[in-house]
Amino acid sequence: MDVAAVRRDFPILEEKVRGRPLVYLDSAATAQKPLAVVEAMTHYYLHDNANVHRGVHQLSERATAAFEAARGKIRRFVNARSDAEIVFVRGTTEAINLVAQTFVRQRLGTGDEVLITAMEHHSNIVPWQMLCGQKSAKLKVVPIDDSGDLALDRLDAMMNARTRMLALTHVSNALGTVNPIADVVKWAHAKGVPVLVDGAQAVPHQAVDVQALGCDFYAFSAHKLYGPTGVGALYAKAEHLEAMPPYQGGGDMIASVTFDKTIYNKPPYKFEAGTPDIAGAIGFGAAVDYLGRLGMDAVAAHEAELLAYGTQALKEVPGLKLIGTAKRKSAVLSFVLENVHPHDIGTVLDREGIAVRTGHHCAQPVMERFGIAATARASLGVYNTRAELDQLVRGLAKVREVFS
Amino acid sequence: MSDDLRDLYQEVVLDHGKHPRNFGELPGATHTAEGFNPLCGDQLKLYLQLDGERIKDARFTGSGCAISRASASMMTGAVKDKTRTDALALFDRVHALVTLGPKSGTDLESVGKLAVLSGVWEFPARVKCASLAWHTLKSALLETQEKVTTE
Repeated sequence: MDVAAVRRDFPILEEKVRGRPLVYLDSAATAQKPLAVVEAMTHYYLHDNANVHRGVHQLSERATAAFEAARGKIRRFVNARSDAEIVFVRGTTEAINLVAQTFVRQRLGTGDEVLITAMEHHSNIVPWQMLCGQKSAKLKVVPIDDSGDLALDRLDAMMNARTRMLALTHVSNALGTVNPIADVVKWAHAKGVPVLVDGAQAVPHQAVDVQALGCDFYAFSAHKLYGPTGVGALYAKAEHLEAMPPYQGGGDMIASVTFDKTIYNKPPYKFEAGTPDIAGAIGFGAAVDYLGRLGMDAVAAHEAELLAYGTQALKEVPGLKLIGTAKRKSAVLSFVLENVHPHDIGTVLDREGIAVRTGHHCAQPVMERFGIAATARASLGVYNTRAELDQLVRGLAKVREVFS
Repeated sequence: MSDDLRDLYQEVVLDHGKHPRNFGELPGATHTAEGFNPLCGDQLKLYLQLDGERIKDARFTGSGCAISRASASMMTGAVKDKTRTDALALFDRVHALVTLGPKSGTDLESVGKLAVLSGVWEFPARVKCASLAWHTLKSALLETQEKVTTE
């Protein structure tokens, strides 16, 4: 992959921060957007803007065609069987809430169980907590070990006849751990347990094939994938979407409405009440096209190389401890520095033009597991370079100098 | 160190951050309050011992960044022997100072050593770190019984 060429696709990387060239190491929070994405959205607003699935006029047809074409691109990107298996949502969080409040709500009774893991983002904890509260059900948590690997030996024993759902992340946002989803799905299905995968941190970094994974649901956001904020997708097996009740009521999700009875539209529209984020979906499609042009294998290879380089470089920083050293990792370097709080690290690095995330990364139980309040996290994307990781290391020397 | 970074991390702040004063529980506390910064997970527990209207002793426990530790450390020192009213008035001055900086019109002499916190306002993301201890103080003095958050 020609990183210099990739960097030219992202105009924001030309920004100066505090008078220095931006070093953006926060792609796990949100990735930067290539020009192709911004232009696709601008083009829609300048030339095609109209509501979808409604008008017979030319603009509405163009808007509908672009919106549905985006769905097709996303379907191919994760290799779903049909476009009807791709529901547009606001993001991963909404996708998980949708599944919790429809599919799982329908099958969850008093004393039943929902299984999650100790490395989940709050978005894959709280919707299940809310649902379990509503249904007097139990939320059970599969532990992780000191390196941040899931305790796979415990997973099997924690699934039983009362387990109604296993919801787990593909890649941990705080630790970088990559979970063996295909295996986990096999074990879960052997016990009759459906599986939802939070794919927000996986889809930007590796090729994902939902059919090969075998999962029932796969949720992800556009904005971590070099697309716009406010839009995401839920992949769900067609038979589930057919059987699930709607999530929200409104326009677009209906076939016909009278005051006596409403007949719902077919999936995926049954789950897309109201005017969708049309421009967002089109930008999402453009982001997927962009990654397709780079090639996900090339992306994964580039980031694996950077991760190895960054891991080695950070290990040599005195007093630095990496949090999350799983056997299979994605492009996340979470760390703590002896005697320096992550927020102070973040502030000093910011003055060097280096953007990292500091805090609990919406994964407080992960922090608690490691007995810390927060970490600093450098997360990588297609545009990052070894030189930027060298700058991070120099920035950390500055941090140590301030707090020595 | 750049100038504004030096404004934020003044020697006194770094020193209090590294070696916080009045750190630890206070067994004879009459008033306690907990503060929490949901943004970063920082937590603070403040213990006050009041004799009538006067704060006889103040201590704190918890974890946080250099700014939040320094702020709590200096605050617990500053409110000792102050009346409840004077401490609340100090809250108002310091709060204005860290959120608005020079625009607040705060007389730096009126806040004494706490003037070193004045550099914080230039770092919007860090204002909450400096103000957490103070919000917690207000809660303890007003006995609101609510866990304070900076959000």
